[in-house]
Amino acid sequence: MLEIPLWKKISLWVFTLAIAAAALPSLLAPAGIDAGEGAPQVNLGLDLAGGSHLLLEADPADVAQQRLENMEEAVEAALRQANPKVEFGDTSRSNGQLSFILDSSADIDRARGILEPLMMGDGLRREWDLSVVDGQRMVLTPTDSGEAVALNTAMDGAVEVVRRRIDLLGTREPTIIRQGETRIVVQVPGLQDPQALKEQLGQTAQLEFKLVDQQALPTNTQAGVANPGSQIFPYAEDGDFVGGFEAVKRLGGIRGDSLIDAKAGVNPQTNENIVNIQFDQQGGQKFAKLSTENVGERFAIILDGEVISAPTFNEPILGGAAQISGSFTAASANQLAISLQSGALPVPLTVIEERTVGPDLGAESIRSGLIAMLIGSIAVITLMIATYGRFGVYATVALIFNVLILLGAMAIGNFTLTLPGIAGFVLTVGAAVDANVLINERIREERKRGRKVITAVENGYKEASRAIYDANITNFIAGALLFWFGSGPIRGFAVVLVIGLITSVFTALALTKMWVSGYLAAKRPKDISI
Amino acid sequence: MKLLKLVPQDTNIKFLKLRVPFFIVSLLLMAASWTLVATMGLNYGVDFAGGQVVQATFTEVETAPIEDIRVRVDALESVSDPVIQRFGDDNEVAIRVKLPPEAEGDPAFANAMTNAIVIELESMGARIDGVDSVSGKVSGEFRNDAVLALLAAMLMVALYIWVRFEWQFGVGALFALFHDVSLTLGMFALFQMEFSLQIIAAILAIIGYSLNDTIVVYDRIRENLKKYRKMPLPELLDLSVNETLARTVMTSLTLLVALLPLLFFGPASLFGMVAAITAGLFIGTYSSVYLASPILIWLGVNSDSFVPQETEADRQEKKVLGQL
Repeated sequence: MLEIPLWKKISLWVFTLAIAAAALPSLLAPAGIDAGEGAPQVNLGLDLAGGSHLLLEADPADVAQQRLENMEEAVEAALRQANPKVEFGDTSRSNGQLSFILDSSADIDRARGILEPLMMGDGLRREWDLSVVDGQRMVLTPTDSGEAVALNTAMDGAVEVVRRRIDLLGTREPTIIRQGETRIVVQVPGLQDPQALKEQLGQTAQLEFKLVDQQALPTNTQAGVANPGSQIFPYAEDGDFVGGFEAVKRLGGIRGDSLIDAKAGVNPQTNENIVNIQFDQQGGQKFAKLSTENVGERFAIILDGEVISAPTFNEPILGGAAQISGSFTAASANQLAISLQSGALPVPLTVIEERTVGPDLGAESIRSGLIAMLIGSIAVITLMIATYGRFGVYATVALIFNVLILLGAMAIGNFTLTLPGIAGFVLTVGAAVDANVLINERIREERKRGRKVITAVENGYKEASRAIYDANITNFIAGALLFWFGSGPIRGFAVVLVIGLITSVFTALALTKMWVSGYLAAKRPKDISI
Repeated sequence: MKLLKLVPQDTNIKFLKLRVPFFIVSLLLMAASWTLVATMGLNYGVDFAGGQVVQATFTEVETAPIEDIRVRVDALESVSDPVIQRFGDDNEVAIRVKLPPEAEGDPAFANAMTNAIVIELESMGARIDGVDSVSGKVSGEFRNDAVLALLAAMLMVALYIWVRFEWQFGVGALFALFHDVSLTLGMFALFQMEFSLQIIAAILAIIGYSLNDTIVVYDRIRENLKKYRKMPLPELLDLSVNETLARTVMTSLTLLVALLPLLFFGPASLFGMVAAITAGLFIGTYSSVYLASPILIWLGVNSDSFVPQETEADRQEKKVLGQL
């Protein structure tokens, strides 16, 4: 054992120094020295750097509902455009199904033929099942795979919209990750106003323009009774007409998801806060057609199911530009502009978990954590040297390398250091010497039994390594489970613990063995004090 | 240089002489712990109970005006039943609120509640240090995951020890771990300290360190079982514990001196976690000596456990050799 080949020594040193060197940028950064672009550096978790962590969740039922509405429009358009027109009525959406009754049972086969293409999504997968019950009622049921694909598409879209909105808020380095089927994790470092972020992400920004149902009786509308083909929307809560309702025609409106721009502004005549929107070409044409055909009629501007305002088309609006007004403050107009500009969320998101830490608290935590770690390290080192002398010094140097390699490995692996991670560092310092304690105690025992120095050291390393490996592997199992179960800060603790186990076995076994054997080979001592 | 010897050489403490009384005490403590958990319950933080916490520091005064905060927060329309307590230094406070049952699952309500508190505290000149908001759904998931993680960790390490040693050792380690986890939970129930995700991390760390001790003792027992085939088991266990005593004391001590500064000078938000690990250090060391080892006697470990059994082939071979 004492003969360690030169190539092995060199590779041990190269490996050790290379990883330890990767720790330097992270150590220099607090001192204000920038190691430059691209240098590996340990990320600080939000609980240390300050910032907000939000967990957003979508309700799959919302996606299904939206899909049902789209299908209703598609079915309606397809059947009406057929030649001759397929007449039907009593359309209803319930239990996640869309159903309607054909006026004539003779049309069943023709309707099937028209609708069949709509049942296939991208042509590869059946997304809806079409069936006929009670003679001439057609029922459209979404398939599970169709629902799953729709949810997946909606979530991918939602991630993009969230990203655009956060970018528009001017936040630096956000992390936006999809988690599971219905969740999105948003992490924004050093955010000043988490409230604004939450409001921005909580706004679906589904903008719709629908014609007001002129035939609706105000008393019926207020009571929630709509004429066939109409539906009722409440007025927005912070508007002038709060408590009021508006009956609008279900079909024939346009959606505001084809905007190319949205900006907050002020109407020079009324001094009101407004949002100026610009449709894309197709949307502009649709809007022009709607306004031309309905001059003098009222239309409702509906945002996320609430009426913002219901102005009148005074003249055809041809340029694709429009103005939304309705009791905005400068801030809410700006928020809406950002939401519209980044597009509507394909599915509403709700914040189900929030963790926000102020930057001052994080800085205090780092400082007190470092102080505690320093005191702890000094105490451990003193104890080790006082107990094992020269062998304690080896263990100490190994410990210092251990901390550096651990930090370096975290920097290279781009892992995040969190507040519990600091506790993990301290624990690693306290536990890493255990391997050396085991070895050194074993050497003591072997010497006591009268073995020669070299044999005692050899046996010490050999006999102790069994327990060292077993103990570290079981610890590794516990740490890995913690990593699997934990989220955020707890995961940061598990990362430090698990990497610390590997580095401490390496430094305590490989490095100290090299130093000890070097010492024994050079001095050939007859006795050692341990 | 005269080196420090924390444990005199050649100790011969009869640890296992008192194994029955200690075992009974341990069983009683475990029963007491579970009774405490069942009757007093754990003081779940927002991680496991759901709700909102706002943390703030009053940077301009030495002590936070707790009473004033209470009056003002109570007066807020959207807030019901706030719990206001000091957190860390005298000028730091944590205000915890729960959603009223009728607003369960309504993030807008939760948002309005924290926002109102934040604005009120800021108007009093406080610096907002953090907001934690966890919905009931997420906290339920955390609870399930935590139980799963603890059970999985205990079972998997027991399995590993079974494979590496013998089944009796696996059972012994599992029992010792169950003891450690039980007592830690009991302590949290007794002192009503906040039980959060960090505490689960602490318990998993305790499982790790308790195992460390157990494995070191077990490893020595295995070695001695092969070496001293005729020694009675209790004596052999005592010998193994004594031989590893210096290491046990030294490692527990290095961990302790590393942890204590973190406990006293470290970040306030780590206090509960570090306190749990520190207490667990003692519990785990105790259980390795007084539970994990004597169980081996009761489960009938003997020196044959680690000696390869003579197989039929061996016997045949011997016969052939004998005939020659």
